[in-house]
Amino acid sequence: MKKIILTSIALLTITLSLSAQRIKGSDTVLPLSQKEAEAYKKANPSSSVSVTGGGSGVGLSALLAGTTDIAQASRKIKFDEKQKLKKGGKVAKEVIVAYDALAVVVNPANKVSKLTREQLEGIFTGKITNWKELGGENLKIVPYSRETSSGTYEFFKEHVLNNKNYLNGIMSMPATGAIVQSVSQTKGAIGYIGFAYLSKGVKTISVSYNAGKTYISPSVANAKNKTYPIVRPLFYYYETKSQTKVKPFINYVLSSAGQKIVSEVGYIPVK
Amino acid sequence: MKKIKRILERIVESILTVSGAVTSIAILLIIVFLFKEGLGLFNSPSVEKGYSLYVNSKNPVDQLSTIDTKQIFDSELTNWKELGGGNQEIKIFRFDELFNLYSEEELGEEYSLIPEKLGEIIINNPNIVAYLPDEYAPTDVQGVKVLASKNISLIDFFGGKQWMPTSTPSPLFGVLPLILGTLLVSIIAILIALPLGLGVAIYLSELAGERTRKLMKPTIELLAGIPSVVYGFFGLVVLVPIVQNIFGLSVGETAFTGSLILAIMALPTIITVAEDAMRNTPRDMREASLALGASQWQTIYKVVIPYSASGISAAVVLGIGRAIGETMAVLMVTGNAAVMPHSLFESVRTIPATIAAELGEAPAHGPHYQALFLLGCILFIITMIISITAEVISKKQPNKGV
Repeated sequence: MKKIILTSIALLTITLSLSAQRIKGSDTVLPLSQKEAEAYKKANPSSSVSVTGGGSGVGLSALLAGTTDIAQASRKIKFDEKQKLKKGGKVAKEVIVAYDALAVVVNPANKVSKLTREQLEGIFTGKITNWKELGGENLKIVPYSRETSSGTYEFFKEHVLNNKNYLNGIMSMPATGAIVQSVSQTKGAIGYIGFAYLSKGVKTISVSYNAGKTYISPSVANAKNKTYPIVRPLFYYYETKSQTKVKPFINYVLSSAGQKIVSEVGYIPVK
Repeated sequence: MKKIKRILERIVESILTVSGAVTSIAILLIIVFLFKEGLGLFNSPSVEKGYSLYVNSKNPVDQLSTIDTKQIFDSELTNWKELGGGNQEIKIFRFDELFNLYSEEELGEEYSLIPEKLGEIIINNPNIVAYLPDEYAPTDVQGVKVLASKNISLIDFFGGKQWMPTSTPSPLFGVLPLILGTLLVSIIAILIALPLGLGVAIYLSELAGERTRKLMKPTIELLAGIPSVVYGFFGLVVLVPIVQNIFGLSVGETAFTGSLILAIMALPTIITVAEDAMRNTPRDMREASLALGASQWQTIYKVVIPYSASGISAAVVLGIGRAIGETMAVLMVTGNAAVMPHSLFESVRTIPATIAAELGEAPAHGPHYQALFLLGCILFIITMIISITAEVISKKQPNKGV
């Protein structure tokens, strides 16, 4: 009896996975893809979408191995990965499904409310160590970062630190929620978080990317009209051959219903 | 009938033997796997695999140390003079910048023109240091020189003081701060947990009434069943601000906070094991002591504690083992800064926290992945020493010293 149940479960999973669309990759895109998949299943009851995380790199190598139909990524495909796909006889198509903006946050008691990119670079690489140097009170700066495995960590390093390394021994937290918690209870703290995590416990910083001429506050409106600088696109990659299979789902994500979910999850819609 | 019974017994026996063998083999295989993956690190080049550093052949510099490379790409070293070259500013070139200079068409079909273009760039900039993939590198172009690269050495790994595994082009795998951080947090944790745990154990086994004991013991054992992430969250939200305020620190995520949480987590182990050992003191020994006129307190510390000394030591060692291997709670409260620990009130990074936080995104079989496995090996050796110590201690004659 047990055997029969086991084999039927195995068969069921095999048939399901054959007809299902598989999405794999970035943990940043994961909550969005899950919500989209749920809504898509509701709209098309016969369809089936399975979503798993693991990281952008994991998703793209799964696309190469053919174990996923769509690779979700919080960064652009790397040159190496493109080459590997090409060698495997595959061409990856890229779709931007949403934008993710990062806000720089400090403790609400901090008087500093605007910083330039150069100042941020100084803070996170350890050149600037006291809020006094930035017009604040005489207080040690405590920068918080995400763990190295996070796509957010890489993105911030590339776009704000100009590819320089974070200071040796930066406080690194396992989750964005932990950064919010720490920044809200540490007076000299500074950290970076996705817009979706903004809360009353932390204060946002306006950022300038033109050496202090204009400071842009982190808001969804500013991110949408492209004036806010710390924004990254979130991608879906799929193979051109499987276009007919994945196109309905991607079209749904890009439709107005799908983009509404994007705002609900806390990202910035493409349109 | 008898025959069938015997056959059945044989079958059961062989099943038991096989399951024992399978477990032992599985453990051995895991250890072999751990070390095999980890030791590969020392065959990895110090610059990322498949990439090399290129300079203009007029540049007298032939080799760069890992630290120098990191400082150049962080713009901390900005002149070739400091590295034994000419008085020239260092110009950094990363492969991706090529795509800003040339369009995809200019690079030719299948990127066949890339090496040529890269060669041009390097020849035109005598002060350049370029970080390029070997596949597209201008290897046979005159005027371009490859910087020799060494393999990661044992000294870099065990003696290095910087842990920057994702730094490009040359990652730094110095595990010294991680090992010291782990030991510091665990030892302080045990120093906090030991007096508390022993106190509770003595109270439960000697002083508490039967009803209190029956109520308290399961409660304490329940503490061991709470998931560590819950402890971690409790630590982050409750303990971190408390430590910060009491000691007037700028940051609350410190080694001390981690020790506090670990002490709480090690308590149930210490209490249960120590209490069991104390209760095993034979009734006649206690009664003999009391009959000689010793007070209850004298009986406890002259008879019960010496008798159960080996059990108490085992409790301590098991508690240390629990503290060293703990991952999630420590990950959330110690701040995870990979610096050499100077004081208790600074952030530290432990080995288990590092593995948990980084393994997910480390490219499989790359140097980072191997370095994390090697960290696993180090942790394995530490815990093995601890369990062997526990074994030796608990095998000692229990009534020694009485």
